[in-house]
Amino acid sequence: MHLSPNIWVWIAVFFTLCIYSFLYKDNPFYKFAEHVVVGVSVGYGMVMWWNLSVVQRCWVPFIEQQRYDYIFPAILGLLLIFRLSQKLSWLSRYTLGFTVGAGAGVGLPLTIQATILKQFQATVLPLNFTTWAGICNFLIILGVLSGLIYFFFSKEHKGVFGGVAQVGIWFLMIGFGATFGYTVMARLSLAIGRVLFILQDALGVNVG
Amino acid sequence: MKFIEKLMSIDRRIIYILIALAIIIPFFVPMGLPIPITKEVESIYNYIEDLGPNDAIIISNDYDPQTKPELYPMVKAIIRHAFDREVKVIVMTLIVTGVGLAEEAVKEVADEYGMVNGKDYCFLGYRPGWGLLILGMGVDIHTQFPTDYYGTPIKDIPVMADIHNFDDIDLVLSFSGSSIVVSWLTMAKERFGQNIAWGVTGVMAPDYYIYLQSGQIVGMLGGLKGAAEYETLINKPDTATAGMDAQSWAHVIIIVFILIGNIGFFITGKKNLKPNI
Repeated sequence: MHLSPNIWVWIAVFFTLCIYSFLYKDNPFYKFAEHVVVGVSVGYGMVMWWNLSVVQRCWVPFIEQQRYDYIFPAILGLLLIFRLSQKLSWLSRYTLGFTVGAGAGVGLPLTIQATILKQFQATVLPLNFTTWAGICNFLIILGVLSGLIYFFFSKEHKGVFGGVAQVGIWFLMIGFGATFGYTVMARLSLAIGRVLFILQDALGVNVG
Repeated sequence: MKFIEKLMSIDRRIIYILIALAIIIPFFVPMGLPIPITKEVESIYNYIEDLGPNDAIIISNDYDPQTKPELYPMVKAIIRHAFDREVKVIVMTLIVTGVGLAEEAVKEVADEYGMVNGKDYCFLGYRPGWGLLILGMGVDIHTQFPTDYYGTPIKDIPVMADIHNFDDIDLVLSFSGSSIVVSWLTMAKERFGQNIAWGVTGVMAPDYYIYLQSGQIVGMLGGLKGAAEYETLINKPDTATAGMDAQSWAHVIIIVFILIGNIGFFITGKKNLKPNI
């Protein structure tokens, strides 16, 4: 065991313990750590954003490199500040309109292609019940169709239609179960990360 | 019956203590449980294994400290593999609070391998507006990142000399705890045909298997387990591998409590049993 001489490591240990103290019950140490995390995250984010976005992407090209075409995005950006004024907030709508319009124009076709058409294509699969892959293909097709039918609310879920919707619920439940299992794994990973930090970085224990 | 009822109303703090013990003890008494390799992780390994000194990959660290325990080991394992293969590594981030983590990861591994910034790898840092940034990189990376993170003009960085856009990049790997990975897919893969792989947190992984099944991504690392698998593949065990025993034992405890809870529920028949929260 070799205790870390780095004061920042021990500050991190203190805050880790403060946060985990919530598992016992809510307490002032937890509240203190929670507020510090929020404050530091916002402060750090703002400083980095100012340096890497405003200075490097606006000030440097416009002022130092005399790239005067940067005046247009700069003005659009500045118009957003008028959201703070009740009388002049309409000016910010030009920027929002441009951003929403450009974002939708650029993003929609690609998003439809990547997340709808390609996924639809991936459900057009060969069926062959003599191989494991073929059976898996059948399960994918059945899962997609029954799931879609479950979310079809313009017809009452009765008879064959209701039966297929019921199968859809089973597929959804299996999906939720997998997500829950992965979520448990993820949360434990975070705890493992903190334990490793305390053991290795702070206490200097050689683990594993 | 009373015993079951007692179990059903067990103080949640006892469960927390058991989970804590299940996590801490395996670090002192490691069992070295096997880490089976999944196809989605192996496919990324095989892809990078086929690359060489003339190839380049982008590693986009699109995460912040909240998800560091899961994603940081993945990034280090991938960079180690790339340096093993002498592949050019370009590191960047689309998240402003991820800059420090990205720099720390690449520097740590570069020091380990004796790799030089600018010559063997470069750190481009952060630029805002990820959707348009990715589209811009597909046309010309140099216009999107005129300088690297340290202010060196891109044109003066040797490792970037032959790299201009996605045509010169063999694989983009995005590591994220958010849907940014899908932006890489929609903007880089669909628009420019760029090969994509990603590492995501365990919470996100089930939602992203659909992109594996459709063949839109090369592979995927999911959570700490994905990182441990990659460390196993490159034969360089690190923090993810060290955490796997703890992960397994904590899962056993949780499974036991789920079973106890369900058995107790059916035995006692108390359908409106209130949880002890």
